[in-house]
Amino acid sequence: MLIAAALSALLALAVLGVAAGAEMWRHRMVYFCCMIASLALLAGGIKHLGQTPGTGPAIILPIGLPWLAAHFRLDNLSALFMVVVNLASAAASAYGIGYCSHLPEPRRVTPFYPLFLFGMNTVLIADDAFMFLVAWEFMSLSSWLLVLADHKNAENRRAAFVYLVMACFGTFCLLTCFGLMAGGEGAYSFSAMRAAKLDGIAGFLVVLLALLGAGSKAGLVPLHAWLPLAHPAAPSHVSALMSGVMTKVALYGLIRILFDLHGHVNWAWGAAMMVIGGITAVMGVLYAILQDDLKKLLAYSTVENIGVVVIGLGLAIAFKGSGEKTLAALALVAGLYHIVNHSIFKTLWFLSAGAVITATGERDLGKLGGLTKRMPWNGVAALVGAIAISALPPLNGFVSEWLIFQSLFKGPSLPHWAMKFGVPVVGAMLALAAALAAACFVRAYGIAFLGRPRSEAAAQAHQVPATMRWTVALLAVLCVVLGAIPVTITDALSHVVTPLTGVSFAVSADLGWPWLSPVSSTRGSYSGTVLVMTGAGLCAITLLLVHGFGTTRVRRADAWDCGHKESIPESQYTGQSFSQPLRRVFCASIFAARESVDMPDPGDNRPAEMKVRIIDPIWVGLYAGIGRVVDFIADLVNRIQYLTVRRYLLMMFATLVFMLLIVAVRQNQ
Amino acid sequence: MGAQISYDIAHLIGATVLMAGFQLLYQRRLFAVLNTFAFQALALAAAAAWQAHIQHAPHLYVTAGIALVFKAIIVPIALHWLVEQLGIHKNVETAMSIGWTMMAGVALVTLSILLVLPVTANAAALTRESLALAMSVVLLGLLMMITRHNAVTQVVGFMALENGLILAAVSAKGMPLVVEISVAFSVLVAMTLFGIFFFRIRERFDTLDLADLETHRGDR
Repeated sequence: MLIAAALSALLALAVLGVAAGAEMWRHRMVYFCCMIASLALLAGGIKHLGQTPGTGPAIILPIGLPWLAAHFRLDNLSALFMVVVNLASAAASAYGIGYCSHLPEPRRVTPFYPLFLFGMNTVLIADDAFMFLVAWEFMSLSSWLLVLADHKNAENRRAAFVYLVMACFGTFCLLTCFGLMAGGEGAYSFSAMRAAKLDGIAGFLVVLLALLGAGSKAGLVPLHAWLPLAHPAAPSHVSALMSGVMTKVALYGLIRILFDLHGHVNWAWGAAMMVIGGITAVMGVLYAILQDDLKKLLAYSTVENIGVVVIGLGLAIAFKGSGEKTLAALALVAGLYHIVNHSIFKTLWFLSAGAVITATGERDLGKLGGLTKRMPWNGVAALVGAIAISALPPLNGFVSEWLIFQSLFKGPSLPHWAMKFGVPVVGAMLALAAALAAACFVRAYGIAFLGRPRSEAAAQAHQVPATMRWTVALLAVLCVVLGAIPVTITDALSHVVTPLTGVSFAVSADLGWPWLSPVSSTRGSYSGTVLVMTGAGLCAITLLLVHGFGTTRVRRADAWDCGHKESIPESQYTGQSFSQPLRRVFCASIFAARESVDMPDPGDNRPAEMKVRIIDPIWVGLYAGIGRVVDFIADLVNRIQYLTVRRYLLMMFATLVFMLLIVAVRQNQ
Repeated sequence: MGAQISYDIAHLIGATVLMAGFQLLYQRRLFAVLNTFAFQALALAAAAAWQAHIQHAPHLYVTAGIALVFKAIIVPIALHWLVEQLGIHKNVETAMSIGWTMMAGVALVTLSILLVLPVTANAAALTRESLALAMSVVLLGLLMMITRHNAVTQVVGFMALENGLILAAVSAKGMPLVVEISVAFSVLVAMTLFGIFFFRIRERFDTLDLADLETHRGDR
């Protein structure tokens, strides 16, 4: 009831958003109401999270296709994702209250924002393929309009175009996938699909299409191309949702299809997913390291995290397909945990990026710097987010990646040789990605928030409005909390996992709260709670000692100037110089990165230039290739447009003769 | 007269129409094309009359009369007059060499026989043969339309195609007269329109060669 009311409220808010016009307080009002609706949906999600499987509320509405009513249902999986989606939505909406007045055209954003929330939530509760796809398209199209909000910029128009193409491709794949699962009778309700058994080629196609369809939305390499374009183009609170939440809705679709609807899983599909996830994670983080645009960096980091989650999901499928249900549950819990975590810290970082853009008008790392001093709230929150996203203990990012590693360590126990040898490789990829992610966020945080300002705009940065500070602070607190009570979270997640893997499982079974002991009580256990308590205690003691016995006088000294007398900001580390070693090591082969120095001749007084050329292999190889093929076909078809009359006749005649030939051949067989 | 002899004669006349169709394909001169077309129409009229006789269907005599008067006399004469008036080159360019055209024609006849014979397995032998011949004539007419550059020969190809239709109509029992008459009249109207258009085109572009006309299209 609460959920239905909140969803209809969101629809009504879209209308209000149109009516808001130029009055800024009305826009604020709409965002405020969106926040209330999100909180209501969040409460609804939490309420239904721990229910016994099969008892979730279900409703059938007489709308939609004539012979197919709209089915809705809220089970544990939907409830979990509802929590994930609406937690971030509530934060982004609250942030939007302050942020909307800084947008160039708030009227282009406000009406679509509630629609976007509505679409994402409806995807989660849809219980038939038709409703699912309609809601999915709702989500895609409204977010497309949000990407297009600043349409005067040609780059944004291109981003929106690429996004639209990828969204259409994804929906097309999902449509075919559901069509296959619905079978000849056209049973489009999810309960009918659950009952149907698909195997052989159809089963494989379903998995492939689901991976392509949901993967293009989530940003799996090589289908990630739209993310780094679309996320920076949208306003920051929207890109926070697109990156932190919409990709999770895509993963929800993947989990729904692979674990719930399509019961017959094969371990080999899981192995393939793990490899894809590993490649996605490494590629994503390598892209991220090379970026100078803060929001692009964050978008690529999302690609990396999606890869991490997909490794977990693939591992779960591999375990489930081999009959290791407990391990499957563990891997799935790890993946879901990372989904929850990523939605929080990525939202946090995008909102911080929005605050940076509001305060300085810049999102180029080379023009930021020293923001912690001028925006301490955002500085501290972003630091917490950076620690969490780099998977450092005791914050939440560490727990989920640790769990994924713990389940990866059990991978070689599978009877298949491919898994025995493949799992360590994927594990190495994951470790590499995690390490590079840490480097990436040291760079992002260090360049943007520490050091001296690199431009006038960064030096003039000011505090942002209160709602924009509070939301990031709350999300930072959540990062700590989710890391500090991991057992509570995994227990909640095991409710979700039980119906999907068919086994009741608690990650802390051996040692009990607060110890996570996924494998056994003797090895591989971790307690975030103890760690946080100890760390906080040690910090308190240190502070006490320092303040008690140390001096209280403030000593001021010159900032380290790297040997340069003049105050040139480039004497510090820059974004480029920070990433140069990594670029040389990893990107020379993958991205064909080449550095060239342009030295002026003696007597010439222009400065020497160092240029870096980077080629995106996926864009050049895959997308440009597809583009060329399409152009070629279009040219061929275009030629038909300009035929002479006689050639038109010839074409018709040839077609006629060809058809007659077919008839003749078939008759004489 | 026995059934065999009536079948043979029908077959002979139908084959004559088809042969005239082949003849149309290799004529290089415009007047020869028109004469051949008149000959084809004559053969068609004979076919219709013979069908009227053996089917005891007097209305087919009307069809034969229409074919004779309009297609064998009025249309060729009108086209003669047009060609004289327009002063077109009497030689006709073909798009494909005559040999290849003839081979394509033979292939088309084979195709239509392969196609029609199995379909009409239950029909009378007479109908089957006539339908195969008629279809060949239609395809040859189409072939003529695409292998000729000149607008007048294309019109003749169109008329030949229509001859094939009439041949099919007369050999199938029970085709109402009104269908044939309306086809005949529509062809006549088409002829008139073509004539007017020839003059208009000629007035504007000084040629009836389609290759020259194509350069005048707006999109080039």
